[in-house]
Amino acid sequence: MAHLAVNDVRAKYGALEVLKGISFSIEKGEIAALVGPSGSGKSTVLRALMGLTPVTGGHVALAGDQLDYSNAKSVRAARDRMAIVFQQYNLFQNMTVMQNLTLAPLKIKRWPRAEVESEARRLLGLVGLGDKADAYSDQLSGGQQQRVALARALALKPQILLLDEVTSALDPELVNEVLDAVGKLAAEGMTMIIVSHEMAFVREVADKVIFMDGGQIVESGEPAALFDSPRTDRARDFFSKILRH
Amino acid sequence: MERMIEQIPRFFSAQNLTLLLEAAGLTLAMTLVGCLIGFGLAFVLVFLRQTPGLWALPLRWICIAYVEVFRRIPFIVVIYLVLFFIQAVTPDASLFTIAVIAICLYAVAYTADIIRGGIESVPRTQVEAAEAMNLSRLQTQLKIVLPQAWPVIVPPAIAFAVSFIKDTALVSQVGVFELTFRGKELNNQGYSGILVFGTIALCYFLLSFPLSLLGQYLEKRLGTPRGQRRARKIWRT
Repeated sequence: MAHLAVNDVRAKYGALEVLKGISFSIEKGEIAALVGPSGSGKSTVLRALMGLTPVTGGHVALAGDQLDYSNAKSVRAARDRMAIVFQQYNLFQNMTVMQNLTLAPLKIKRWPRAEVESEARRLLGLVGLGDKADAYSDQLSGGQQQRVALARALALKPQILLLDEVTSALDPELVNEVLDAVGKLAAEGMTMIIVSHEMAFVREVADKVIFMDGGQIVESGEPAALFDSPRTDRARDFFSKILRH
Repeated sequence: MERMIEQIPRFFSAQNLTLLLEAAGLTLAMTLVGCLIGFGLAFVLVFLRQTPGLWALPLRWICIAYVEVFRRIPFIVVIYLVLFFIQAVTPDASLFTIAVIAICLYAVAYTADIIRGGIESVPRTQVEAAEAMNLSRLQTQLKIVLPQAWPVIVPPAIAFAVSFIKDTALVSQVGVFELTFRGKELNNQGYSGILVFGTIALCYFLLSFPLSLLGQYLEKRLGTPRGQRRARKIWRT
């Protein structure tokens, strides 16, 4: 059985239906990439999974458990098992890097402090910021902030990590330091759903690429197959514009 | 004029000075206690006003109505309303208590809007990041939003309290022995009005000016992220 099964999920912003029935599934250890033009609903899929955008229809099953997004307890369960990294990092400005990483593990998960702090240090080392534990976010570059955000999400020990355009807000020379960190996670077998415009990176790490347009999935498949020989005109048109070989 | 100069030594007698000092203390105490309690209650009001969900609609309306109504009533009318209401309920309540309650009711309405503005200045994405980690609404407000809203809230809140020191002169109308009341009393004793109220004016200035400076200092201090961090460190220790 799939680790995460998304079935006919719908979402609305006011009267505008932004997800018109999304279905896909991923296995444990798999990496799925959502690609497509701006406004196609890629980020909304991640937001809906985290209960940040109201889900108006469909079913989501995580490790066999049905999630009901109209039920607060179920939303908590979803947020307990998945973690999201945002495009704009959204580090808590009033806290140090260390406090950002340990807040939820201490207050929400109620794990023991010693364990939480040593894990936080390990994660900061993993993203190459072992010396920044006491820094505040405005003392860090965008790339560093995004790596902290990545470590903060990992500190929650999520079953699935959601990455929402994590390199889109970064200066070009900072993109690779974040992608390297994500690549390390991929190598460790982290289950991830990533929204990205970095096609070369997607091709390298993703097991499955889902091409979206207008709130629907147009086509999905393995990266090489989808990028090189798309079956639909819309996908062919999109990839011919953004892929430079 | 001559009469006034001749009165000066007598006016600044130890007895009168003690009287004025006490009155100034009372004015300051009323303002500080009223504004601090009002400020605290305003946080509760703002929090209740943001309660999500349809069931909380009447609650939100009450909170909005409170702010909108009290901001449109002259302070002197609030004082009389509180006076007559409290006296009807507990006839032996002190005038000081009545003054503090009136100040408090008024301060809630004004500072609630200052607090709301501060909270709304914190990017919505900070709240989302907290929600995504399962932080409760209260935890999000206390740990994430308020610490960031603080620098936006504190300077205007202090400015409000400072300007309110002057407005408390109105409670002399119901007979609280604060500065203006004592001034009228001394004036009635035959002291020159210019001398008496000149001194009272100086007292108000001496009460508000240091507080204004504190407000300006905090505004500068809290204005930059670096200053905010310093201030946080100071408050934590």
